[in-house]
Amino acid sequence: MSTSTVSPILPEAGDPKAQQLEAIWREPSGFIGWFKAVHHTTIGKRYMVTAFIFFLAAGILAGLMRLQLAFPEAHIMGPDLYNQIFTMHGSVMMFLFAVPMMFEALSVYFVPLMVGARNIAFPRLNAYSYYLYVMGGIMLFCFFFTNTGPDRGWFAYVPLSGPDYGPGKRADVWAQLITFTEVSALAVAVEVVVTVFKLRAPGMSLNRIPLFVWGQVVTAFMVIFAMPGVVVASTMLLLDRTTSTQFFNPAVGGDVLLYQHLFWWFGHPEVYIIFIPGTVIVSSIITTFSRRHIFGYLAIVLSVIATGFIAFGLWVHHMFATGIPQMSESFFTAASMMIAIPTGTQIFCWVATIVTGKVVLKTPMWWVLGFFFVFIIGGMTGIFVAAVPVDLQVHDTYFVVAHFHYVLIGGAVFPLFGAFMYWFPKITGRMLSEKLGMWSFWLFLIGFNITFFPMHIAGLRGMPRRVYTYGPGMGLTLLNQIESCGYILLFISVFMFLINVWMSLRNGERAPANPWGGGTLEWATSSPPPSYNFLYLPTVNGREALWDAAPNQPVVVGLHEDARTFLTTRIIDAEPEGTDEFPAPTIWPFLAAVATTVMFIGSIFRPVAVSIGAIPIAITLIAWFWPTRQEAARRRERDKWQKT
Amino acid sequence: MRRHLLILSSIAAVLTVAGCKREHRVFDPGATGAQVANGVQLTDVHVGQVAHPPSAYSQYSDSAYAVGEGKRLYSAYNCVGCHANGGGGIGPPLMDAVWIYGSKPEQIFSTIVQGRPNGMPSFAGKIPDYQVWELVAYVRSMSGQLPSDIAPSRSDTMPTRNAEQATKKEHPSDEYQQPVQQEKSR
Amino acid sequence: MGAISQLAMLLFAPGFHGKQTALSPAGPQARTIEHTFLLIFWITAVVYVIVIAVLAIGVWRARIHGNELPPPQPANPVHDRIVARIVAGALGVSIVLLFIMLVSSYRTSHATSALAASSALTINVYGHQWWWEVEYPNKEPYKIVHTANEIHVPAGVPVTIHATSRDVIHSFWAPNIHGKKDLLPGYFNDLTLEVDQPGNWRGQCAEFCGEQHAHMSFEIVAQSPQDFQRWLSAQALSAPGPTTPQIAHGQQVFLSHPCVMCHTIGGTTANSRVGPDLTHLASRSTIAAGTLPNTIGNLAGWISNPQSIKPGCRMPPNPMSSTDLNDLLAYLETLR
Repeated sequence: MSTSTVSPILPEAGDPKAQQLEAIWREPSGFIGWFKAVHHTTIGKRYMVTAFIFFLAAGILAGLMRLQLAFPEAHIMGPDLYNQIFTMHGSVMMFLFAVPMMFEALSVYFVPLMVGARNIAFPRLNAYSYYLYVMGGIMLFCFFFTNTGPDRGWFAYVPLSGPDYGPGKRADVWAQLITFTEVSALAVAVEVVVTVFKLRAPGMSLNRIPLFVWGQVVTAFMVIFAMPGVVVASTMLLLDRTTSTQFFNPAVGGDVLLYQHLFWWFGHPEVYIIFIPGTVIVSSIITTFSRRHIFGYLAIVLSVIATGFIAFGLWVHHMFATGIPQMSESFFTAASMMIAIPTGTQIFCWVATIVTGKVVLKTPMWWVLGFFFVFIIGGMTGIFVAAVPVDLQVHDTYFVVAHFHYVLIGGAVFPLFGAFMYWFPKITGRMLSEKLGMWSFWLFLIGFNITFFPMHIAGLRGMPRRVYTYGPGMGLTLLNQIESCGYILLFISVFMFLINVWMSLRNGERAPANPWGGGTLEWATSSPPPSYNFLYLPTVNGREALWDAAPNQPVVVGLHEDARTFLTTRIIDAEPEGTDEFPAPTIWPFLAAVATTVMFIGSIFRPVAVSIGAIPIAITLIAWFWPTRQEAARRRERDKWQKT
Repeated sequence: MRRHLLILSSIAAVLTVAGCKREHRVFDPGATGAQVANGVQLTDVHVGQVAHPPSAYSQYSDSAYAVGEGKRLYSAYNCVGCHANGGGGIGPPLMDAVWIYGSKPEQIFSTIVQGRPNGMPSFAGKIPDYQVWELVAYVRSMSGQLPSDIAPSRSDTMPTRNAEQATKKEHPSDEYQQPVQQEKSR
Repeated sequence: MGAISQLAMLLFAPGFHGKQTALSPAGPQARTIEHTFLLIFWITAVVYVIVIAVLAIGVWRARIHGNELPPPQPANPVHDRIVARIVAGALGVSIVLLFIMLVSSYRTSHATSALAASSALTINVYGHQWWWEVEYPNKEPYKIVHTANEIHVPAGVPVTIHATSRDVIHSFWAPNIHGKKDLLPGYFNDLTLEVDQPGNWRGQCAEFCGEQHAHMSFEIVAQSPQDFQRWLSAQALSAPGPTTPQIAHGQQVFLSHPCVMCHTIGGTTANSRVGPDLTHLASRSTIAAGTLPNTIGNLAGWISNPQSIKPGCRMPPNPMSSTDLNDLLAYLETLR
């Protein structure tokens, strides 16, 4: 492998090829044009901004919770509002922030760039998935502001969320939020799998795929297998509540544990869906900021795949207290501990890379170091909760709240902030302030530990979860007050981050194509990327495309650049296989999403809305797929020359 | 842009009002709600001046939580013992269109509080006013009088009847009679 | 092993005394669980410190000085092979440690559940929103004891809690004594526990069950076997009749107010099972499912307006004149 880095091929002013590509790939402008966009960078940016706004909203809700819990028997809010707030906090963080940001936003924006494609597979489906996601989120908040926010926990166990004990429409709103976000995630998962398998740059064989892309494709497969579990659970709940089915009615043979199994079949892989993108962000940043190829590429890839598999064998550890047979307990304890092995492998490989590299201590790397510090504590408390007897003491207490915040914030939010600092120049073309970034980082790290570490102790001292208050003589007051103070530091930290972003967008230093000297293909084009991504589609010679490129690394030529043509390659060795065409921008995905939203919301109130609402959806889908005459003509032309 | 905002805020306003009422939960009814009454007046013929409070019924019949509480109380206070789950037994059915003592909320309130000949006990002094109104709302839902997003859904017990939200609306014979005149607020 | 865990417990003990804490065990199961807890704690703490130390030292030594971005390094296969051996070794050690913790977990599970075989007493517990119905079964129906929110057990004897829920999912958790067990509608779950010495400990519902999940606690009172028998026999008796006019009026207030719609007092016509059995209310140390100490003032406030203490709970406010309230309290005080 060579030590040189190839420079990105950037267009000079007035370059005719660039102008032609720009004319073909340009996103539509104007107000209506905004709803017609289909390019992955546009949709990816929308996902990021929307998910971050939901993160901020859920963070405010957390602040309200901490305010109520700061004093024993506080009357800042009653139990009804508190139940809605903690349910909203959990649901928004998990369904509207964590998966949409870690999986959807990052993969939609970066996977096509990193594999050297001009767009993501199924661009219109991509647009549809975004509109469905944002409308689901808006629906949830509209209901929350009209006192109809879900109030039975983010998991909404039956019978508490069922028809008898959950009056009104709150639990139905929760169930439909699931439907919105899971359809959206499934759509993106399909796009990611197809992009990664069929749209890679020539030369990018399976063993040269960037780790970030490996992580996202494993996550996509996990989404495809896990999401149906919660869709089934929430649909059965909705049917029980609106059409008198008896799925979860113990009096006639239904089973409350069925719901738990279906939910956690999804719920456990869900947290790995959030975590695995975090790990591969860490891999990407460590590679670039240690100035060496990652140590143990094969081991890490196998670990990520193994984690994805094993994650499906753990779900019952959320149900250890329900009275399952001892054989089950033993199996799921063993599996839950076993998943520490691939994660440990990754950690050791990362440490090896850092320790044998040349470490550039810029803000993205600091967030990664914070990740180690925080996530590993979470992993360790995970072993506590994997052991059944200990879990039976700490389950449903603040110890578990501490555990999952350490693994989720440590394993996803820290890498996410690192990713923001790392890729912000690429996305926006501006550099962020290192100084403000470091202030943000330290405030966040310290604030996080002040807020969440005492929760371990509170749980061991007897504080259960989901309580809107606690008694004054329980020995929990001081711990809760410390935790509430820590929130203030977190708030300031995120606020500073927002100031950093705002100032940088206004007049930050302009970013070059490759400010950090990275090796993956997103750094091979300008910052921000043009609407056609790459002036010339690249080919790849090694794991780090830019670091391992040959001195005269070839580019792809011969594609018809008068349409949105793309190259398909074979799955294993990325040999060129054929060409096809991406669809042009159109309003129909937006309209289909509106029709779907109307059907979903209508079915909360009248089950017949499902049948009636299907008609507008069918109409919009037909319009969506209807090919233009030119598209059909070009397709016939291509089919003549390609083998079937 | 301003027009879009106007439209959006109107929709939001409508949703707010509708949602607010359905999900309204009153845990502490206050001193007046907790009073135990002897009944409400059933006629507007009276001697001299009488101060009567306005009907509290709509506050309860608009709230899914209140109707759900009514359903819980219906079992807890053993209405099932005579009326079953609406089909009747020792007592008359409550899910049909026949209302011996009137189908209006105030009339049902009085039936519960005063008792009636041939076996309906008087619950005067035993059930606070707000709970009686919750029971009234639930009883009316048993014959499909309440909208389907407020009436209760199926219960977590052996099914003995259609869910109240899926019950066809019955038409009592006094359905179109004028409601009992209540004193308009001054 | 014993000496190590003694030392470990010493380092933990300060700050963990309490009536509702997992690390202050009052019974053999909580104690065994604590051993596994401490084993896992020390192993994971040491591994964590080592990994962070290696990382910190490595970063410190490998960091570049100045702002110049070094070019990416070429691969060093010899170097990498050594590193691979170290990584494999670390992984091997981790697997061994995981296995040790796994075995400890299995052994503790086995030990805690083995106690069920020698259970001497079964107590039925029914979860309600938001209180605990406790029943001591007996072959003779007149000896069946109904109480609420307070569970007496004989010390030193394994006792099985046979539990289900009457509405939504709850969870029975008395951390000083054992781990938790969910109360599921449609299922019965058994939890065998044993308390070493007489004393009382607190438990709380540990599965979100609605508005007043936060105020659904109970008390476990361990007594010597003789005291326990005496308590059980006394609990099976009906309430004594009124002895003074004030108490008689108090009983009349009880029977003519909404109280009688939900509560039972043995020996009177109040026979409803909706709310807790009050026949021996004055013998309990807390009211409102462990929320308040059982004093006259607290009882007065609770009866007048439970919604101000547990908003959303099933008991309505009961406004009444102060004479009525005082007489009612006098009557309730006789329900020992």
